[in-house]
Amino acid sequence: MIAIAQVTPAWYLVLGAMLFSIGSVGLLVRRNPLVMFMCIELMLNAVTLTFVTFSRMLEDVHGQTVVVFVLVVAAAEVVVGLGIIVALLRKEPSATADDLTVLKG
Amino acid sequence: MVELIVFGCAGVICLGGALGVVVNRNPVHAALSLVATLFGIAVLFIAQEANFLAAVQIIVYAGAIVVLFLFVLMLLGVDRAEDLSIEPIRGQRVAALIIGLGVLALPLLAIASTSGEATGARPTAGVSAADGTSAPADPHHIDKGVADVDQLGESLFTDYLFAFEATSVLLVIAVVGAVVMSRRVKRADLVDDPLVDAATSDEAQDAGAPT
Repeated sequence: MIAIAQVTPAWYLVLGAMLFSIGSVGLLVRRNPLVMFMCIELMLNAVTLTFVTFSRMLEDVHGQTVVVFVLVVAAAEVVVGLGIIVALLRKEPSATADDLTVLKG
Repeated sequence: MVELIVFGCAGVICLGGALGVVVNRNPVHAALSLVATLFGIAVLFIAQEANFLAAVQIIVYAGAIVVLFLFVLMLLGVDRAEDLSIEPIRGQRVAALIIGLGVLALPLLAIASTSGEATGARPTAGVSAADGTSAPADPHHIDKGVADVDQLGESLFTDYLFAFEATSVLLVIAVVGAVVMSRRVKRADLVDDPLVDAATSDEAQDAGAPT
């Protein structure tokens, strides 16, 4: 019974996989570009959770270093993506992802 | 036992928030659900002794990125509820669910197939121990006595110094890109501005008027 109650790193990996799949389904289903971006953030966070878990499993600090870079890239991605979304939604406030067929203004 | 309780609570918060992001019709509620997920992941970071990353997760994600989302939502007034009952492409939801289950099944299969071996033992450590010589000190091996932020900083500013500098360039490019994109829209708006129209027509008259 105690052995069952032990939290192994595999549990964290399973949780990360579940978060990633929920994020990917949301990215495919939702049409609001902002919510799609939130789903991408979900997927990125699932991956960072997996990296931290591997860092603990291997007792190697490289996994945590990668998470720092993922954070920075996520911040840059959100800034640029929200800039594009602001430019899009200013023209057409009810725009969905279907209206993003061209990036040309 | 404590870790089980922490993992259970944080896992439920994470999964509930993630489902909330996907299911909530109102984008503002989706953003708040995202905060719940990010908080749960920060708790899981602490449970795995990544304290610095947990703090950064709260500060950068919950403090900056989600606030940026909410700024855009409320600044543009696009916080209307989306009608989720219409399905733009026929069969899209079913296809998305199938793809999602496939994405879930692949890592689960990988975890299940290696669950016996994934103990964290590094193969090189076993070889050097068999030689009888002391294993060479791996500088990236997590030392339990040293704070994780010390080891993370040492790794970041020695091995990954070039990548670290490259990320700073990336951030500058992102900021400049965001500014440029918003400026361009403002100039396009200025063309329709009556003041600008009047000024340009005056100029045209001045230029076209015979002396």
